[in-house]
Amino acid sequence: MAYVAVKGGEKAIDAAHRLLAKERRGDTAVPELTLDQISQQLALSVDRVMTEGSIYDRDLAALAIKQARGDLVEAIFLLRAYRATLPRLAESEPIDTSRMRARRRISAIFKDVPGGQMLGGTFDYTHRLLDFSLAAAGLTDPDTTQDITAASADQALPRILGIMGDEGLIQAERRDAAAPPPDLTREPLEFPASRATRLQNLARGDEGFLLALGYSTQRGYGRNHPFAGEIRIGEVEVVIEPAELGFAISIGDITVTECETVNQFTGSKHEPAQFTRGYGLSFGEAERKAMAMALVDRALRATELGEDVTAPAQDEEFVLYHSDNVEASGFVQHLKLPHYVDFQSELNIVRKIRADMENNLEAPRQEVLA
Amino acid sequence: MTAGYNFAYLDEQTKRMIRRAILKAVAIPGYQVPFGSREMPLPYGWGTGGIQVTASIIGSHDVLKVIDQGADDTTNAVSIRRFFANTAGVETTTRTTDATIIQTRHRIPETPLHADQIIVFQVPIPEPLRWLEPRESETRQMHAYADYAVMHVKLYEDIARYGHIATTYDYPVIVNGRYLMRPSPIPKFDNPKMDMNPALMLFGAGREKRIYAVPPYTSVKSLDFEDHPFTIESWDTSCALCGATDAFLDEVITDDRGGKMFVCSDSDHCAERSVKNHKDGQEKAA
Repeated sequence: MAYVAVKGGEKAIDAAHRLLAKERRGDTAVPELTLDQISQQLALSVDRVMTEGSIYDRDLAALAIKQARGDLVEAIFLLRAYRATLPRLAESEPIDTSRMRARRRISAIFKDVPGGQMLGGTFDYTHRLLDFSLAAAGLTDPDTTQDITAASADQALPRILGIMGDEGLIQAERRDAAAPPPDLTREPLEFPASRATRLQNLARGDEGFLLALGYSTQRGYGRNHPFAGEIRIGEVEVVIEPAELGFAISIGDITVTECETVNQFTGSKHEPAQFTRGYGLSFGEAERKAMAMALVDRALRATELGEDVTAPAQDEEFVLYHSDNVEASGFVQHLKLPHYVDFQSELNIVRKIRADMENNLEAPRQEVLA
Repeated sequence: MTAGYNFAYLDEQTKRMIRRAILKAVAIPGYQVPFGSREMPLPYGWGTGGIQVTASIIGSHDVLKVIDQGADDTTNAVSIRRFFANTAGVETTTRTTDATIIQTRHRIPETPLHADQIIVFQVPIPEPLRWLEPRESETRQMHAYADYAVMHVKLYEDIARYGHIATTYDYPVIVNGRYLMRPSPIPKFDNPKMDMNPALMLFGAGREKRIYAVPPYTSVKSLDFEDHPFTIESWDTSCALCGATDAFLDEVITDDRGGKMFVCSDSDHCAERSVKNHKDGQEKAA
């Protein structure tokens, strides 16, 4: 019976889950991946999943990546769904990245800066040649004859944009200390959104989406003349101040990537010419994401700075409603769900329109349908 | 039941927040109430709004029915029914009359609902004006001023072009004489069932973070014109399984030579009728 084809969902789901588990494991002759291996050797995947999954937990992110067969958006989804069940215990104090123990810190706007430039471990100047020696198992340990450890700033590094700020050359950031920090995971998005809300949205936003939007601003769609003012990667302390204690306590260190862009601004009726800022922050090492986020953050400040809103990256509703890959992935893929009923309705009406036309009853004008 | 999670998955604070949104929605029929939608373990677009509404109203004595395209055994309906069987341990059913809560995607059951039932709709896009105005900041103002002229113009343009209104599902309605509302992508065939329905109708849009409601016995009017009154789909044929002529029929392609048959989209209604037909036949034979 043909009709059987649309029945039996229950058995099909069970079988699909069993098959998925088998496919996840792959050939059992190949050793199973451990979470430590993922966390250590696929560290940047873990960082992305933590950032867009909005939980700082390497082990959970590694588990999500393993469970998702390496599909990072699926892993982000797993982490988000888990996160939704966690209680919100406290709000931390703002992390102080000027006290970061940086292992990478670069500025593209000054040749030398107080505290110095620090390259850290970066792909930037590698030649992208496949290293076939990595393909041979057991031969991949780095050269240990020459000891190399990451440099780490042993002192607080002053923020470069802060130095410019002393001269009044760059717009000061306003801190709205009175307002409690917004939380998009508890309150729906409303417009116009505060900058804090926008930044939370962008921090959770899909790296690819932000990359394309940031790129579009560089190609003239909402151009904002960016310079990489400062990028730093390192560990910062997370501090909370529980009301019942009355003093601040440190609850641990996290690794973050921070990017501040310096953008030209020719001034408006109310403001003199000065530089403006874009801001990007991510968990772990995610420089591409942080930079793209900073470009988009700056683009979204168009209204605040009296610029014309002409490009997609400047359009708050467009950007903030479409940045989330868990939302986007779910909705795009829901097209796989059955739509027999709606499609039946459409079939009926297309047949009716065609029949009307053939019968010349209320015949639609040709040029309208053409 | 799934260990480590609260009854019906969501924590009690979240359920309370959602119930507050539902109460507001019931108080203002057809108005879209923003709420702090959570990330559910099912994907957005697959019923997360409906699931959150159901999770926040379901109790241990409830009997749940879940349908998708009118059928209980479509894969997503199975998945959502299992979710609640696992996380809430509630009794589930496929019989419309036995259910206290019915979660649905794209249909309203053919069997009339009664006053002790709540039907929860999964909503992909809650905003009826969205295809005409993409900006939320604009559409909220249009609702505030009850400025629905663009929708009437759209329907008029359909008539000018095709001779009739070409919207077939998610057909816009006015609730309680005030708010323009999307009934979710149910076929317009189901629209008349909403008018003065004794059951409470709740609509959840998870990704878009909106909840709205039609309270029992509330007027729900499908938009139309005096000279082009609202009509519903009809078929020249009857259900191949139960013979129904008054139900929404799905077309099933039976071979690659254009063969097809029509069967009820509402699988419970169809099965009930088939059983009844069979009994009647036996009685006649006897």
